[in-house]
Amino acid sequence: MAARALTKGLLGLRHSRAVTVGYSSVGHQYTTAASTESPQQPARDVTEEILNRSLEKPDFFRVSEFFSLKDLFNARVHLGHKKGCRHRLMEPYLYGCRLDHDIIDLDQTVEHLQLALNFTAHVAYRGGIILFVSRRRQFCHLVESTAKDCGEYAHTRYWQGGLLTNGPVQYGPGVRLPDLIIFLSTLNNVFQQHVGIRDAAKMNIPTVGVVDSNCNPSLVTYPVPGNDDTPAAMELYCRLFKMTIKRAKDKRKQMELLYSLSAPSTPSS
Amino acid sequence: MAASCARTVGLFFGKCGNCSWNFNIVTSQLSRQVQRRQICVSSALHRKNLAAAGPEKFTMEFIEKQIEEFNIGKRHLANMMGEDPENFTQEDIDRSIAYLFPSGLFEKKAQPLMKHPEEIFPKQRAVQWGEDRRPFHFLFYTGKQSYYSLMHETYSTILKVEKHQDRLRAKGLLNQDVKQISLSTSRWLTKEELEALLVETISTHDYDRFLQLMGRLLAMPHCATEEEFVLRYRQQLEGQSPKQMMPALERDDGGVAFSTAEGRRKTSTCSVVLRDCGSGRVTINGQDYLHYFPVLQDRAQLMFPLQFNGVLGRFDLECQVSGGGRSSQAGALRLAISRALLSFLSEGEMENMRQAGLLTSDPRVTERKKPGQEGARKKFTWKKR
Repeated sequence: MAARALTKGLLGLRHSRAVTVGYSSVGHQYTTAASTESPQQPARDVTEEILNRSLEKPDFFRVSEFFSLKDLFNARVHLGHKKGCRHRLMEPYLYGCRLDHDIIDLDQTVEHLQLALNFTAHVAYRGGIILFVSRRRQFCHLVESTAKDCGEYAHTRYWQGGLLTNGPVQYGPGVRLPDLIIFLSTLNNVFQQHVGIRDAAKMNIPTVGVVDSNCNPSLVTYPVPGNDDTPAAMELYCRLFKMTIKRAKDKRKQMELLYSLSAPSTPSS
Repeated sequence: MAASCARTVGLFFGKCGNCSWNFNIVTSQLSRQVQRRQICVSSALHRKNLAAAGPEKFTMEFIEKQIEEFNIGKRHLANMMGEDPENFTQEDIDRSIAYLFPSGLFEKKAQPLMKHPEEIFPKQRAVQWGEDRRPFHFLFYTGKQSYYSLMHETYSTILKVEKHQDRLRAKGLLNQDVKQISLSTSRWLTKEELEALLVETISTHDYDRFLQLMGRLLAMPHCATEEEFVLRYRQQLEGQSPKQMMPALERDDGGVAFSTAEGRRKTSTCSVVLRDCGSGRVTINGQDYLHYFPVLQDRAQLMFPLQFNGVLGRFDLECQVSGGGRSSQAGALRLAISRALLSFLSEGEMENMRQAGLLTSDPRVTERKKPGQEGARKKFTWKKR
């Protein structure tokens, strides 16, 4: 499911979608027919090379180094809501219930968070637009500052109906919609599921969402079971996402420098 | 007769406008919506829904072309007027246009004008994203990026002030008297002014929220550190001083103290010279006041300010009055006399005059006649059926 989402993301993010299949065959030939190639070809091949490199290793960006289970525990990520607020679909993610308080299974959280951070890093590596969404008034400023620091986008205000589904009319023709939406809290102020989850699913936009024990994780592509009410937990998530995005972007710049230095040597041979 | 013919023809056309046949309409002032077209072409195909399009959008190239044309036209105009094309200012342009195209119209907006395209075409948002189609602003996807970034900035300043206060509290210096921002000389920007500042439409709800947040910032004791940020969103008021404007006390050759004042009421204007002679003579337009105002009521109006202050026989009045009727001239003179008297009186007496209403100019003017009525208030005869 994750691999399928990744390839879907790949196809969605590449501009020259129709030509990718054709180019992989032409790419093998360019080493022999050096004189007939156009000046754009080396650039395209370099981009392809950079993108393929990132898919070689499972944890290319080493996101598992960013956090440990102990960090999650200290940030009180395992604390869920009371038993009465529990959502039926969150039961697989819960470790147990103590004195009516739900405890989220941090082993599962670690796996899910690693998947989510890895996916975010790949999206940021490919220059995708990431939108941070949270409707918690407490953390609205924090989320917006995080997005600003990463160079990505945030929406922590009232969600107007047609923002994703009616994009060209709302923003203007030719707008580019977000390639990934990160929900730092999937509920809105009235404790109902945020409209953005359903809209993103309609528009085929992958989502990463921090789901608490009273949330519905079904439509979220990469759910991360965890606490979304404590300031410590929210600061941890913001810090983690900011680090992954920055690392991915730096890595991309590094790879481009590396390959643009080495690229002029290959065609001339 | 011709007008009634035109009206009936218009009604006839109005009824036929719904059908799909057209006339080459000569009397176009009857219905502007139907366009001139050849006979036997259906108008339903060509009719544009003018309301649904919204305000007209101009591209950047169009605006740039307009600016170029304006600059070239400015140089041509300078050459025509025989002036230096390099130093041709906007005032010179206005003067030249008024000279070359004299207009007898009263409505300023209908007169010919030549201004820089920036002032004519409404300000619009440029395209919000770059070559890679990534938007420039981090709050682009909210829809109201300028407004929300303003709220974000305001909240950041609140947090900054709170941090500053926490640091002072840690040192124990919190309860010192701090300079407060003076808010009496300014007011908040109105919704329209804020919209113009942000180049974005705001709802009243959003505007109220913004004011609430600013109020929260100002409620903190140490908000003076962010005074510059607050004053950016406040409009300075014109100096409203409680002091009365009084005319200067002059002395003519001969050592007699006098003061001049003007007054207006309805359409009359007058000017009065009050001399501290000792006689009680009153001259209006060269005539004695008994001749000019035969009616006692008008003369009483003139004398009231002097009688109120108990200086009836002391001053000499020399008045010039024009316009209006008998009563309005008397009222204008009364106001002018009260104003001229201010320079001879003490503060307490001035306050008494103000309380008596002698220094307030009467704002009542003739109310306009409304259509569908006989006059300003009088209606046509009401018929039950």
